[in-house]
Amino acid sequence: MTEATTVPTAPGAKPTLFQRLPIVSHVRRSVGVQRGMLVAGLIISSVFLIAALFAPLIAPYGFAQSRDENGIFGKQLPPSPEHLWGTTVGGFDVLSRVIWGTQTAISVVVIAVVLSIFIGVVLGLISGYLGGWLDRILIVIADAIYPFPTLLLAIVMSIVISGGRSSLWSGIFSAAISITVVFIPQYFRVVRAEAIRLKAEAFVESARVVGSSTGRIMFTHVLRNSTRTLPLILTLNASEAILTLAGLGFLGFGIAPTSAAEWGYDLNRALSDAASGIWWTGLYPGAAIVLLVLGLTLVGESVNDISDPKLRTRKRLRKVAA
Amino acid sequence: MTNILDIQNLGVSFATDAGEVQAVDGVSLSVKAGEVLAIVGESGSGKTVTAKTILGLLPDTASTSGAVVLGSNNVIALDKRALRAIRGTDVAMVFQEPSLALNPVFTVGWQIAEGLRAHGRFSRAAARVKAIDILRRVGIPEPESRVDYYPHQFSGGQKQRVVIAMALVLEPELIVADEPTTALDVTVQAEILDLLRRCRDEFNAAIVLITHNMGVVADLADRVAVMYDGKVVEEADVTTLFSAPQHEYTKKLLGSVPFIGQGTASTTARAIERSFGNHATIVEARGLKIEYPGRLGRGGFRAVNGVSFTIQAGEVLGLVGESGSGKTTIGRAIAGLTAVTGGSLKVLGTEVRGLRERGFRPLRADIGFVFQDPASSFNPRLTIAECVAEPLIVHGRAGDAAAARTRVDELLEAVQLPKVFGDRYPHELSGGQRQRASLARAIALGPKLLIADEPTSALDVSVQARVLELFAELQREFGFAALFISHDLAVVDLLADRIAVLYKGELVEEGTGADVLVTPQHPYTRRLIASLPVPDPVRQAERREELHRLREIG
Repeated sequence: MTEATTVPTAPGAKPTLFQRLPIVSHVRRSVGVQRGMLVAGLIISSVFLIAALFAPLIAPYGFAQSRDENGIFGKQLPPSPEHLWGTTVGGFDVLSRVIWGTQTAISVVVIAVVLSIFIGVVLGLISGYLGGWLDRILIVIADAIYPFPTLLLAIVMSIVISGGRSSLWSGIFSAAISITVVFIPQYFRVVRAEAIRLKAEAFVESARVVGSSTGRIMFTHVLRNSTRTLPLILTLNASEAILTLAGLGFLGFGIAPTSAAEWGYDLNRALSDAASGIWWTGLYPGAAIVLLVLGLTLVGESVNDISDPKLRTRKRLRKVAA
Repeated sequence: MTNILDIQNLGVSFATDAGEVQAVDGVSLSVKAGEVLAIVGESGSGKTVTAKTILGLLPDTASTSGAVVLGSNNVIALDKRALRAIRGTDVAMVFQEPSLALNPVFTVGWQIAEGLRAHGRFSRAAARVKAIDILRRVGIPEPESRVDYYPHQFSGGQKQRVVIAMALVLEPELIVADEPTTALDVTVQAEILDLLRRCRDEFNAAIVLITHNMGVVADLADRVAVMYDGKVVEEADVTTLFSAPQHEYTKKLLGSVPFIGQGTASTTARAIERSFGNHATIVEARGLKIEYPGRLGRGGFRAVNGVSFTIQAGEVLGLVGESGSGKTTIGRAIAGLTAVTGGSLKVLGTEVRGLRERGFRPLRADIGFVFQDPASSFNPRLTIAECVAEPLIVHGRAGDAAAARTRVDELLEAVQLPKVFGDRYPHELSGGQRQRASLARAIALGPKLLIADEPTSALDVSVQARVLELFAELQREFGFAALFISHDLAVVDLLADRIAVLYKGELVEEGTGADVLVTPQHPYTRRLIASLPVPDPVRQAERREELHRLREIG
């Protein structure tokens, strides 16, 4: 039987559910530099994630703490055994502020991505599969939002929500919502393009011939096949969300230092320190921003390359001499 | 005569996600000057990889062993510079899909000159003269003005002529043609085969012809190598191979090629049997017109123009035609995928013209559809069992995939697929297996009508034979009426009770297989039948003469 012999046989055992999870399967498939990039990105990102989750345990002091049982910390103290990364101009411990800041950053990322991904995917699916006038209107709106600078929108948002200066959650939400508004069109466009492509695929047509309802076709057949590129946009958007939050804080539209630690705000306060040789107040929050963005971007880029069979590198075979 | 090409013990393996895969294993072949060597085999047999090795076109993930000696060079050991020097001058390639092989933003003259100038022999004006000359020689009319045309201004057959002209222009000793006629209609295929024969006779080029079509082999080849699973299993000259095949696989391959006249006996038997059955009309088309809307300011494109036919209960109507003849459009209209714009089309007693999706849905339970491409007609995220259960769930015969499983297992058994395949994903099945599953899905609700749109054209010939057999068996067992759409007359003859021939949106001939194929009335049908190459070199030579005569008449 020729047919029986052409069944592709999987080498070894079928991968378990854990091994098929998005990131895990990517690590398993990668080799060489690509694997290095992915693993580096994952390590950096997970360090921040751990810091965010266990901030109360890791951080030596609170984010708004300026005194302990020995009295006031003192302002702009250089790094010392009591304050490993020194203290800020406001008399806070820099190390603690950086660790607590991770929590703020990650919350903004999660809220922004969750809000935008659901709205964007559903709108893109409806728009792409149904088409017609609804599609045209949504596309025009998406195009109109696209050229808006995120930061400008975020400033307007934060003024609307909290009048500029804000507490922990209103600050996080103003940043997250402004980012959401800009991100929705991205998810929308990607999913819409996939839905339009899939609409012409034979399996969608065969579902139509079978008599499936439009809703069933959209959610069982089209949606499940159109989410391939989402992990990439997700990671790239996450890093953009962090930059926007930091930008807001830097411009003074962020969260008050007593309600949460925020890197952008700390950088802003460290501006004058830089001229007078006080490097520790600016270096650490700045490095945290750069590293977290770098980590997320590395993960995003390498996941993208590894998912694409044309960009994925494979183990080289021995070249046999002719 | 000396050998132009000597392949010695060639082995090629690829690095894939699943580890190393050996595509070609110990292949030795040689080609003499002015000889046509055909390499035949199924998809995955390594024939294309062998051809690409000759031009050094393998990707980075491949590693090769052995030797490919072209003239005085071993292609495998050459570096990129040396490879560039021999490509075009010593060996040239003709690709399968001419519309992809030509760059759409340059004129054909420019693309031909590109090859000339790459080898540094011609000025701009001289290259143009040479390009016009070669276009004339490959049979492009008015080459002086056509040289400045862009690829989209040529038809598919003419594009393939241009690709062949590009291959010939540097007068290579060897042309590698990878499935040069697979993407073309059968009447155009005959013309391109004539042209390739002239490449050998007039340009004295040797040709390595890669194909899966035994008719093409019989028409053109001098010698044949049969490849199976990366190895050459048989090599012989063309008459010997067709008259006395040695290897089991070759025999099986030749035995599964459908030919005209095969279906006559079974058709007669079926006709007698059916005359006792019911004569309900399942599909009735009267002056059916289907138009696709054009762009703003331009008229629409009329794909189907005034076609009338009927399909009765239990009857198989074969719809034959070339690409663009409107055969697929008719099938889609019956299934409610394309809107009818004129005339009348009654499906299961309901007028479909102007019917909206909501009104069509009740009919769907009685219509099954098998698509052309088995690779894309299943949702890649669902298992085969879930896919086959889909119609049962949608029409409320089962609550979910698990509840439908018993019925699904029966259906899989009916199409001769083991039950365990239900738990596999579509990509884990071969093309033939997927097409069986597709049949299982189509008959899940016990439809009165089955529409099969080129169900076997993406399959290898031996797999095709078994799928066709299965189709005939299921039709006998379930007694559905069927519309069988195909471009291959021999396949349609095998299954259909009646055959309808479409040409440019119009029905030019309709009748039983014996009527249409043995005593064709319309000149187009005659040309179509004469163009179909038969897998027998001696008879094919006679048929070729017949075709030339027909062409001269008109």
